[in-house]
Order: sequence, then C-alpha cells, then structure tokens
Amino acid sequence: MARRWTNDLSRGDATPKQCYLNRRQLIAAGSSGLALSAWPAAAQTDALEPNSFEEITTYNNFYEFGTGKTDPKENAGQLTTSPWAVEINGMVDKPGTYAFDDIMAQMDIEERIYRLRCVEAWSMVIPWQGFELADLLALAGPNPEARFVEFQTLMRPEEMPGQEYPILDWPYIEGLRMDEAMHPLTIMATGLYDEPIPNQNGAPMRLVVPWKYGFKSIKSIVRITLTDDQPSTTWNKAGPSEYGFYANVNPTVDHPRWSQATERRVGGGLFSKRIDTLMFNGYDEVAPLYEGMDLEAQF
Amino acid sequence: MTTAQRVNVALRKVPSWVVYLIGAVIPFYYLYLALTGAMGVEPVNSLERALGELAMQALVVVLAVTPLRKLTGVSLIMHRRALGLLAFFYVACHLLVWGVLDVQDPARMWSDIVKRPYITIGMVGFVLLLPVAATSNNFSVRRMGPMRWRRLHMLTYVICVSGAVHYVMVQKVWEIEPLIYLALVLALLAYRIPTLRREFAA
Ligand code: HEM
Repeated sequence: MARRWTNDLSRGDATPKQCYLNRRQLIAAGSSGLALSAWPAAAQTDALEPNSFEEITTYNNFYEFGTGKTDPKENAGQLTTSPWAVEINGMVDKPGTYAFDDIMAQMDIEERIYRLRCVEAWSMVIPWQGFELADLLALAGPNPEARFVEFQTLMRPEEMPGQEYPILDWPYIEGLRMDEAMHPLTIMATGLYDEPIPNQNGAPMRLVVPWKYGFKSIKSIVRITLTDDQPSTTWNKAGPSEYGFYANVNPTVDHPRWSQATERRVGGGLFSKRIDTLMFNGYDEVAPLYEGMDLEAQF
Repeated sequence: MTTAQRVNVALRKVPSWVVYLIGAVIPFYYLYLALTGAMGVEPVNSLERALGELAMQALVVVLAVTPLRKLTGVSLIMHRRALGLLAFFYVACHLLVWGVLDVQDPARMWSDIVKRPYITIGMVGFVLLLPVAATSNNFSVRRMGPMRWRRLHMLTYVICVSGAVHYVMVQKVWEIEPLIYLALVLALLAYRIPTLRREFAA
C-alpha cells in the first residue's frame, strides 16, 4: 500500500529535463492544491523549489568516497551497482537476499519532494523517486517483537577509497526505531529527477528520513536487520555527544560546535540568507512518534 | 657563492611591494572564484575554508623563517613582515566572511564566540594578532625598543598554535591535513626551545 503521503512541495509534473536542470526555471512550489492527503501539509510552503540536479549531485557527504563535498562526485563513478542485492535478516519471517531488480519489480515507485537538512546546517529540496520502506520490509515479514531496524552500507574499499582510512568505523551503520521505519514518510529512494539515483547520492538504493539529519539517511544499502536492540550507529559511535541515535531535526538543540537554529539552503550563492530551521524539518506529522520523550536528552 | 647565497640574492631582489601585492590579491581572487561558481554550489563555506587555510599557511611560513635560515642559510627575513601582515589580513578576511556571509547575525556571532570552543580559540588567535600587526612597523620597533618588541612578537607562537588547534577542532572526524599543520607548528616551535631557554635564562 504505497502513496500514503502526498507531496507538499512540487515541481512541474511535466517539467522537461532541460528545464529542471536549471533550478531557476522551475515552477515555484504551491502546496494548496496538493494538501488534501491524510497527512497534513508541512508548515513551510514558500520558497520550495527543488535544488538543481547539479547542486544535488556535486555537494555530498558520502565519506566512503572522501570527506570533501565534491569527493563523492569525483570518486563514486567506479562503484559497481549492478548486480545489487540487499540482505534482509533478523526478526523477519522470510530472511534472505533480495535482488534489487526483483524488489523494483514489486514496488510502486512514486515521487517525494523532501527537504533535506544536514547536521552541518545546510539544506536542500530534493525530488526523490522511490518506495516506502514499510513496503520493502513487508516483503520479508517483520516479526512483532522487532523493535529496531539496522541498515548497513556496502563495504568495498577497492571501489570506495574513503574506506581505506579509519576516520569512521566502517562499514557505515544506521538505525531507526520500528515505528520510524514504518512511517509513510520514510522511503527508500532509487531515483533522482526521474533518473536512477547517481552513485554519489547512494545508488542504487538509499534511505530517506526527511525529519532527521541527513546522516541518518544511509546510502548504498546492502543489509537490513530487524532486531530488538537499539543499533549502534556509526556517527553516534564517532561522537556520542554530537550525534544522537534519534538525530531528529531540532532547532532548539544545538550541536555542541554550532547552532542548529538556522540553516543555509544550498544554491543561494555567496549572499544567501540563513533561514530558520523547523522542528522535525517541518514534518510535524511525526511529532506523535516522540510524545512523552525528552528530545533534549534523546537528541 | 653557495646555493643558499644565490637564493638570498634573488630573494633580496624581490621588492616588498610585490610580496604585499601578490599576497593581497589572493583573497580577492578567491572572492572572484566564489562569485563565479568556481568554488562549487555552496560558496560561503568554501570561501570561509579557503581563507582559513590560506591564513594557516601564511602563519606556518612566518614561523618557518628562522628555522629555515638556521638550517639551510636561506633567509626570508626581509619579507617576514610582509608575510606576517598578510597572515593577519587573511585571518581578518576569514573572520569577515564568517561574520557577514556565514553567521549574518551579531547576537549569534557573540554567542558562538563565547559558547563554541573552536571559535573561541580562533578568536584568541585573531585578538592576539591585533597588537602584533599594529606594531609591525619600524616606528614601533624604535619606540618599544628591540627587546620589548621581540617579546611582544613572541605572541606569534601562541597565535600559530591557536590557529592550528582551531583547524583540528573544526573537523567532524580526525582528518590528516589539520594534524599535519599542527605537527608543523609544534615542530617549528620545538626547534626554538634551546634558543629561548638561553634567552630567558640570561
Ligand atoms: C589564527 C586565526 C585563524 C586561523 C589560522 C584559522 C584557520 C582556519 C582553518 C584552516 C579552517 C579550516 C579550513 C578547512 O577545513 O579547509 C578554519 C575553519 C573555520 N574557521 Fe578559522 N581560523 C582562524 C580564526 C578564526 C576566527 C577568528 C573565526 C571566527 C570567529 C573562525 C571561524 C572559522 C569557522 C566557522 C570555520 C569552519 C568553517 C566550516 O564550518 O567549515 N576562524 N579556520
């Protein structure tokens, strides 16, 4: 059951490719006509034209290919993404290796235009294509006792030069609570601007959790494990006081080294004004997941 | 003539104003790159970082002048003032980009300076640079006397360490480049220890 959520951001449905490559030619978002879904439109509906293909694919954090923002674009070309398979195991009825092509054949691909807020206080608006994570997990049949989902990125130092350096504890691991994973906003993205997702953005399949800082949205996934233990995640291990397990976008909880109250939208040039960061990155519909939790302690 | 002497003759032929001019043009060239898209799609951060790195490099060169002369005979001493003032100029540009283009808000600038240790340390470097830069002229040397002037300019050592520590702390992970700069700064300072010991013992 896909299409549980409707975009509150838009791009011209029939935007020809030569137009969408130039962000400024895009039709500015107007959400009023689209806000009829079960999920209320997010608060921020102005200034929401998606970033250009160039911006989204030349400014990336993907440390497996280097720590510079343009390193992924420069080094990810050699990554072999076909054939690809993801192992789904742990607390599921049908553990096993699921071929990427078989998964794609069974999924309903839809577009989600999401804001992306990096923990480094920059942001973008990205038109992803993909499917809900819940639909993928359904293929394997999650057991009721599963409480968390753990994800792992490909480990292949021959093609991922950054993995030669122990700057992070490779392979990259991320995790979600089960209810976060099942939320209709949580998707597996397989496309960007109607093209297969470029390598530097996490080909062939990456998580997108738009109300969390970008590092939660793990790329190039090869393993998904359902478990009853909270996964030990890569950035959390690297800096427990700086990167929490939840990592919900929260303007009131600063990173110890910088403020999270504002962000700079990539693409505005040298004089772009900072904009206010929104709680849950503007996706207020996820607030009930955290009712009763102290979001300052569980950051 | 030895190679070192030949190099020194050549270096002495370079007029000071050429060093100042070339050095001063670099930040404007960076600004041009940032404005024309050559620094990528997020030029604010790229420019801020490029200027920080430039400042760090200039400080290391300044610190290397004395050891270089003692070890190889090559002397940059006649250009040291220009290099030092350029380093100050680069730090000032870096600070300006941070305040005006990056943070954009005086209240937040202040709260970052007091709350974020890596900014505090960078700011210590900048503040200590002020008296050093202000006295980088012949008049000040004469007025202060060489002894007091030299003592004041030893602040350069503290400035270089705070710059390098700031650089290490900025990174999200332990990257190799800032650690190399920190190691360079510490090595160049360690080289001076015997001389300083003698001087302060006397
Ligand atoms: C001795 C003085 C200073 C030196 C040598 C210096 C040098 C540097 C260097 C080398 C970097 C990193 C560049 C890179 O990663 O490629 C950097 C980053 C940075 N510096 Fe400084 N800096 C100094 C003072 C300051 C001051 C006074 C401020 C602000 C008050 C400041 C704010 C910053 C910021 C915000 C960044 C990080 C940019 C980012 O988020 O990527 N620095 N600095």
